[in-house]
Amino acid sequence: MDIIDQLPSLLAATIRVAVPLVLAAFAGLFSERAGVVDIGLEGKMLAGAFAGAAVSSITGNVWLGMLAAVALAAVLGALHGFVCISQKGNQVVSGLAINIMVSGLTMTLGLAWFHQGGQTPPLPPSARFSEVIFPGTALLSGIPFLGAIYGRVIGGQNILVYPTFLMVPLAWWVLYKTRFGLRIRAVGESPAAVDTAGVPVVRLRYAATIIAGVLCGVAGAYIATAQGAGFVRDMTGGRGYLALAALVLGKWKPWNTLWSCLLFAALDAVAIRLQGVVIPGVGPVPVEFVQSVPYIMTIVLLAGFVGRAIPPKASGYPYVKER
Amino acid sequence: MPPDPLANGQTPAVELRGIDKRFGTVHANRAVDLTVQRGHIHGLIGENGAGKSTLMSILYGFYTADAGEIRIGGVPVSIAESKDAIEAGIEMVHQHFMLVETMTVLENVILGAEGGALLSRHLPAARDRLKTFSRDYGLDVDPDAIVGDLPVGAQQRVEILKALYRGAEILILDEPTGVLTPQEATDLFRILAALRTQGKTVILVTHKLREIMAITDRVSVMRAGQMVGHRDTSATSPEELGELMIGRKLANRLDKAPVRIGAVAMDVSGLSVRDAMGVERVKNVSFTLRQGEIVGIAGVSGNGQNELMEALAGMRRFAAGTVRLGEADITPARPLAPDALRALGMAHVPEDRLRTGLLPSFAARESAILGYHNDPAYGRGPLLDWGVIDRHTATLMQRYEVKPPLPKLRGSLFSGGNQQKLIMAREMERDPKVLMVGQPTRGVDIGGIDFIHRQLVAMRDRGCAVLLVSVELDEILRLSDRILVMFDGRIVGDLLPEAADERQLGLMMAGAN
Repeated sequence: MDIIDQLPSLLAATIRVAVPLVLAAFAGLFSERAGVVDIGLEGKMLAGAFAGAAVSSITGNVWLGMLAAVALAAVLGALHGFVCISQKGNQVVSGLAINIMVSGLTMTLGLAWFHQGGQTPPLPPSARFSEVIFPGTALLSGIPFLGAIYGRVIGGQNILVYPTFLMVPLAWWVLYKTRFGLRIRAVGESPAAVDTAGVPVVRLRYAATIIAGVLCGVAGAYIATAQGAGFVRDMTGGRGYLALAALVLGKWKPWNTLWSCLLFAALDAVAIRLQGVVIPGVGPVPVEFVQSVPYIMTIVLLAGFVGRAIPPKASGYPYVKER
Repeated sequence: MPPDPLANGQTPAVELRGIDKRFGTVHANRAVDLTVQRGHIHGLIGENGAGKSTLMSILYGFYTADAGEIRIGGVPVSIAESKDAIEAGIEMVHQHFMLVETMTVLENVILGAEGGALLSRHLPAARDRLKTFSRDYGLDVDPDAIVGDLPVGAQQRVEILKALYRGAEILILDEPTGVLTPQEATDLFRILAALRTQGKTVILVTHKLREIMAITDRVSVMRAGQMVGHRDTSATSPEELGELMIGRKLANRLDKAPVRIGAVAMDVSGLSVRDAMGVERVKNVSFTLRQGEIVGIAGVSGNGQNELMEALAGMRRFAAGTVRLGEADITPARPLAPDALRALGMAHVPEDRLRTGLLPSFAARESAILGYHNDPAYGRGPLLDWGVIDRHTATLMQRYEVKPPLPKLRGSLFSGGNQQKLIMAREMERDPKVLMVGQPTRGVDIGGIDFIHRQLVAMRDRGCAVLLVSVELDEILRLSDRILVMFDGRIVGDLLPEAADERQLGLMMAGAN
């Protein structure tokens, strides 16, 4: 059966594609549940990708690259926080500014430092995150279907895949079972309630934007040093916006957001396989059409099939004490 | 004013001395002194803008005073932020609740006082404490209910529970009855009395003299940023307090000429209105409005009055029914836009003056012609004639006592009462046949209320049909020639003010009949 043969590699591809989406969407989740809209996921990921690739390339140590990626994206998260929280600036403008700034800056610095048309030098396998081969993979590979599922979907994934999917229940637990999470959720709905309860609004929101930065940094490092082998101009390719769409589709709830990311990733995985497929009477399916499906789906689903997506009430508004 | 000495020499719960606060050019508090005895319910009364909210915000740590001293239980304290006030045992129940509506009662109560990083470890204990409070103070709320689903009275109880949970000894309530039904207000007063019995100190900020007389032990009066008097409640009268508040004698009686009912001005039959979610908000409502009468619609906010009003004003399509206005029959199939309704002699003073009444960020003169801006009198062709409009606005401002009388001042810079007077001036000036007014005195001070009431009665005496929607029972009773009571989208009562007593109206408003 064709489908059965295709399925393991389709699932494996879905998971690969989902990783940066999940990380970025959860970055957005923390930020927006705390009341700070984050259009800048894309820029922070791109900065992470560049820092990760550049430092891995120079030092040959991919973990140092990861550290640099996280640090730079966290700084950008804090910068977004400074504009939105301390200076009470417009959150959408700040996010967009970060995206534009990073897109230009990575290109310029890349050119200046590496002289390869804005790219970082290709990374050797030793300076990349590698796949984890589970024990018994060879042994089980003979079993049809299940062997492939074990070897290529459950096992055989990049080492960063596992912490990413462990992060999801952890994020849920933090948000719903801890004091910090309660306060984060509260400050995104009603900062005045948090303030009058004697909890500093500013500190909570900064914490959220920095967490968002860290998660975007990991996502960027994954794209440049796990999925790819070096930095390429604008290599995040709109995944930050797609993550935002997944966040809206998931109604700012952790599990729903995860399912949305997986849905988008699956569509992407299918799209790659649909390249060159000819539908009788129609002709070849344009790849652009398939790639636009996640976005179209978001609009269609939000327009009525999943009900209204109500964002955190204070999201987008700086907290100003009223007279 | 010298500090208010206590008769029995006990250490007071709260002492404020020489509190001074400026906001730019506005001197909100001038050397204010206040002494509140432990175990008392202390009333703080004054008109809007008298400085009582500022004073309480300073005590609660929302603002810091420019000068002055705060003593709690005899000890000087510095309160720079809410946290300091909470540590000193001071809690405030705000007029607009400080609640997270999407969360449960329990989550709201523990917010900021969770007890530790892991919620599961502390939730059971919190739940037990809530039960104790419910028992001791008669504060009944389901800890697992989502706050946004609760009625307003219950949300207020959540606020009080929150305060008690944090160990409040001194509880400030800011205009707590504004949003409550009379029955809910009675419940609240019972709770406050229980708090007093348990030795808590309560500061009740209000502008309602009746509440002060009903529940407080002592009362302090503020006017124009200053403290103008302290009285034992048992030794004062509403008249004396009213005079202290506004600084002159208040003509309390509204002399209304006997009603002279004329022809039918508006006839509403079988009107139903659905909201955007398809929920029926107004259910098969019928009534008649005649010239020369004020019909008051009483009801707790959110029982369809607002939707009814908007439908009649053409701001909202209705689902079924007929409205006969003069010669026109308005039906769902043949709706009329607000513009067309105005041309038929209907005027509307909307309930939410900042959103639908005027343009807060525009100059007063622009708001003064809003809706009538196509009148050829205000311009030539497509151009507005600002000279004419300025003169027109200045005349309106003078006649309706809008202060300051500056046509070019931004709408948001007028006080609530003056904004309202400007809107009323605009709508009344056209001598409409039907005038609909929603919450005409919400957030308006006593002097302004009196003026607005007199204007409404004058309209009626000139033969205008006035439809008044208000959640203030006093206002309904004072003005109406006929009272309709709305509950859950229906009219559940139709009575004459002489035949209505407040208890009975309250029961109708709560749907008890």
